[in-house]
Amino acid sequence: MQSVAEVVPPRTHYLNATYGVKSWLLTTDHKRIALLYLTSVTFFFFLGGLFAVLIRLELLTPQGDLVQAETYNRLFTMHGVVMVFFFLIPAIPAVLGNFLVPLMIGARDLAFPKINLLSWYIYNVGALFTVIAILSGGVDTGWTFYTPYSSTYSNGNVILTGIGVFITGFSSILTGLNFIVTIHTMRAPGLTWFRLPLFIWSHYATSLIMILGTPVIAVTILLLALERIAHIGIFDPAVGGDPVLFQHLFWFYSHPAVYIMVLPAMGVISELIANMSRKNIFGYKFVAFASLAIAVFGFLVWGHHLFVSTQSVYAGMVFSVLSYAVAIPSAVKVFNWTATLYRGSISYDTPMLYAFGFIGFFIIGGMTGLFLAALGVDVHVTDTYFVVAHFHYIMVGGTIMGYLGGLHYWWPKITGRLYPEAWARFGALVVFVGFNLTFFPQFLLGYMGMPRRYYAYPPEFQVLNVMSSAGASILGVGYLIPMIYLMWSMRYGPHAPPNPWGAFGLEWRTSSPPPTQNFEQTPVVTWEAYEFRPREEMDLLSVRDVLDQTLRPRPVGGEGD
Amino acid sequence: MERSLADTHVATSVGLAHHFDDVEQQREAGTLGMWAFLVTEVMFFGGLFLAYILYRSKYPVEFAVASNSLNVTMGFINTLVLICSSLTMALGVYFSQVGNRSLLILFLILTMILGLTFLVIKGVEYHEKYVEHHVPVRFQTYQFKWEPRASEARGAREESSRAVDTGHVEMFFWLYFAMTGVHALHMIIGLGILTTLVLMARRGRFTPEYHSPVELSGLYWHFVDIVWIFLFPLLYLIGAHLH
Amino acid sequence: MQVSMPFSPDQASSYSGRVDSLFAFLCVLTILVGVSITLLIIYFAVKYRRRSEEEIPRPVAGSMKLELTWTVIPFFISMGIFVWGSSIYYTMYHAPKEGLEIYVVAKQWMWKFQHLDGQREINELHVPVGRKVRVTMTTEDVIHSFYVPAFRIKLDVVPGKYSTVWFEPTKAGRYHLFCAEYCGTGHSRMIGWIDVMEASEYQAWLSGGATEGSLASSGEKLFQQLACITCHRSDATGRGPVLEGLFGKEVQLQDGSKVTVDEAYIRESILNPRAKIVAGFQPIMPTFQGQVSEEQLLQLVAYIKSIGPKASGETGAKPSAAPPAGSPQTGR
Repeated sequence: MQSVAEVVPPRTHYLNATYGVKSWLLTTDHKRIALLYLTSVTFFFFLGGLFAVLIRLELLTPQGDLVQAETYNRLFTMHGVVMVFFFLIPAIPAVLGNFLVPLMIGARDLAFPKINLLSWYIYNVGALFTVIAILSGGVDTGWTFYTPYSSTYSNGNVILTGIGVFITGFSSILTGLNFIVTIHTMRAPGLTWFRLPLFIWSHYATSLIMILGTPVIAVTILLLALERIAHIGIFDPAVGGDPVLFQHLFWFYSHPAVYIMVLPAMGVISELIANMSRKNIFGYKFVAFASLAIAVFGFLVWGHHLFVSTQSVYAGMVFSVLSYAVAIPSAVKVFNWTATLYRGSISYDTPMLYAFGFIGFFIIGGMTGLFLAALGVDVHVTDTYFVVAHFHYIMVGGTIMGYLGGLHYWWPKITGRLYPEAWARFGALVVFVGFNLTFFPQFLLGYMGMPRRYYAYPPEFQVLNVMSSAGASILGVGYLIPMIYLMWSMRYGPHAPPNPWGAFGLEWRTSSPPPTQNFEQTPVVTWEAYEFRPREEMDLLSVRDVLDQTLRPRPVGGEGD
Repeated sequence: MERSLADTHVATSVGLAHHFDDVEQQREAGTLGMWAFLVTEVMFFGGLFLAYILYRSKYPVEFAVASNSLNVTMGFINTLVLICSSLTMALGVYFSQVGNRSLLILFLILTMILGLTFLVIKGVEYHEKYVEHHVPVRFQTYQFKWEPRASEARGAREESSRAVDTGHVEMFFWLYFAMTGVHALHMIIGLGILTTLVLMARRGRFTPEYHSPVELSGLYWHFVDIVWIFLFPLLYLIGAHLH
Repeated sequence: MQVSMPFSPDQASSYSGRVDSLFAFLCVLTILVGVSITLLIIYFAVKYRRRSEEEIPRPVAGSMKLELTWTVIPFFISMGIFVWGSSIYYTMYHAPKEGLEIYVVAKQWMWKFQHLDGQREINELHVPVGRKVRVTMTTEDVIHSFYVPAFRIKLDVVPGKYSTVWFEPTKAGRYHLFCAEYCGTGHSRMIGWIDVMEASEYQAWLSGGATEGSLASSGEKLFQQLACITCHRSDATGRGPVLEGLFGKEVQLQDGSKVTVDEAYIRESILNPRAKIVAGFQPIMPTFQGQVSEEQLLQLVAYIKSIGPKASGETGAKPSAAPPAGSPQTGR
């Protein structure tokens, strides 16, 4: 990191431009909205984490002795619902994406700033319904809401939770819409598609999934609600309905949803690897297209969640082969990231540590996906802790590492402060150790045959469960550490220069924190992606003089030239 | 040359938002946004259409017989009403493009009247179904009941004396109510949008340079119309041969 | 070749070893890929660590050859895994036509087993080593999943339909049975045991159990009780089709399509008689929905099967009918 000796922060920036609660709650500045989202998702992360703690405490012993079975079932359901819909799906896009997309493309804001704010309010309304559902006892169907248990038998708050998820889905759709339109129409002059940062490519692909997939879960929840309230019969075999139809409809969205969770993290990793090695990502175009390929193929594989559901064997084979197809672009990304390190200038700062962690975890998570896509093996390990371990490696080991890595990397830009590097490295280490200890034993448990969603289990599974719970406690501490020092740094951290990392990208060519309108003038891009140059050449203040002489800047506000 | 944002924002164009560089960019963004939104609507309705395809292929006879019980005349009138409303909407858009405020308002209001007519006729149809106990719910006080009608007996003979399973008939009806209900909800939202447009037009917000809200709302209205064009034959006309 | 994995349950069925072999291969592959990339990253990270704050490395050109290589090779490996996995899956989910028949009705929160000869078991199933066992299952309420880790088999049970798995136990012992699809409060306690016994012990167990008569005879009693005999007579004078010799045959329906008379068709015809009517018959059969439980349906199915064309179906009730050792099902 650059020496911080004589950094003078900008006088006016987006955080102090206006004061007062109203200026935040009615803001249309994408950067402030990103911070509003940061508050919300952090709250839900710790709420979901609290449920996880209780789950792991219960699983320390083979008997069900901490809570009742009914309570445990509600705990794991709410853990899933809160983490998936209120943390993992919005976290990177709505926090980092909202903050960075306009900055990275040289725009003053997203295409629809008011819709951006609306999306945050919609998120909160949905969250409110879910919180009410939790407070009035929660729901016990599993976050997957399979019928007919959820439509007919469960006495939990299915409808309330469903409404919460339904409403929050619109927040997702609006965010995706905003990103797509912004990226298409508001790129700075000279910023062609293949000069875009890979973070933008990832978020573009993610947004495609958001707008195409989310409406399907909306209609699925609607049908579930109709079935539950009015018994219309869609999923009821007694009148000719099909309970497995629910599974198809549910997974048609929920599988692409996992790519909504991981693609943005991959975008972050691309930025971290490129900037922390000061090199263009090896195979830039391949990585860009891989993001799109993942988005497209992601819609074609939902049936791999139904291999043991009495779905036809031949359908199973089709979904299996497609699932391998979707794994390939992810593998290509990992190889390209690794190749980027070759002859790079590699920094060991915390964001890079998180990037390394991501790659390690993603390899395990991704390869175990190959196990699950293999039909013969899946029959044995599906619905066991093997699957639980697999998706936690991707979502926690992947997405959350990407989120934390990105948060640390852009923290100076977002807050204008530097976080304490030593503590941050320590925190990353704790997370790494805690995570492995928590989730690796679960692969073994799964293969041994321990089913998921079990609150009591045969005694031979105890040792591995204890290991997992021990790891969870370490992981929990590991997440608290950054929480503490990041908040500390907002007040007491040293001021950050515009470009502490010597990184490439338009967001680093404005002050830390940026002014409300992001750039004094719309930048004109004349360089290729990740064309690293000495720090002074990439600094906006000197570049601007160059621009004045050689290029016509695009005028601000519509005045002609 | 430091130019602050405030200086350059002076009265450039009515309705140009500060974060866009020019009206062209704003128009492009708005149009792309509306089209992307309509794609999400296609996916939303798509789920229902998928369920329709599945259950119809499983229970073709029951679907034909149930569809036969719908009021085709009313459905047909509604179709004409909606097509005309798309015409009036398109005319409204045209007049906004040429800057004719009074005709714009006239055609927006005509569109609303036609939309309202559609909803009223729909309401009458729903009431008919309610009275015939064709609403597929199971409450204490109201249950779905299917009584085969005389024409169905004739039709049934034509279908090689196959009788129908009321459960499968019920499948048709929940699809009918779900699909037309969601569509009607979109119509109501459309009426709200049109009301806003009328109010904006009366205040003189639209000019030949800036009228994209009218165009974009037109897109939305046409989309809702097209959905109905698909719904009508799939729901109303598949049992027509049974008369 | 049977590979044994650490942390794996007993290999107790004829295909357990195949699953373990593929799993072991995948583990080796994962370790290879994981270790090599990890080592490469560590090597690069150390060798190319940043030495001065201002250094800018020279750009490295991409390589189409490299991209193609590391796309095509994983693709072929994946296709290999796919084929391997599919063939195991195909075996698991194509039950042999003949085997020891067990009927299962799952309900919240127990497994109810019925042997053809009338033995009923709850949460514990006794089967003999070395015989193919066909398990036909349904549920009374929500979706459950029949999972025996030692056999490496799992299949959901869905209301409104029958699902069938099969296994051939290869090792005597007591193995876990779990419900593997979340089904409510008692999901964790919907567990049981599969007791695999040597053939002689199994016979002893069978004859020792108190039974109410075989499944088929219970079904026959029900057939009389519910007056099915009124229309389904053994001669062709009844208003309904003759059921003797019918099971397993293909019949033509009113709309011209054909259907095979299997368990599912019989169950459907009892609950929903108008769904698939055989050509030439009137739609006058009343529905028995709500009047027969899933278990009674299985008894009726067993009865109709028993009066079907005699395949070499095993009922297990008659010791003399037990196949000789080394019968042709081993096929290995």
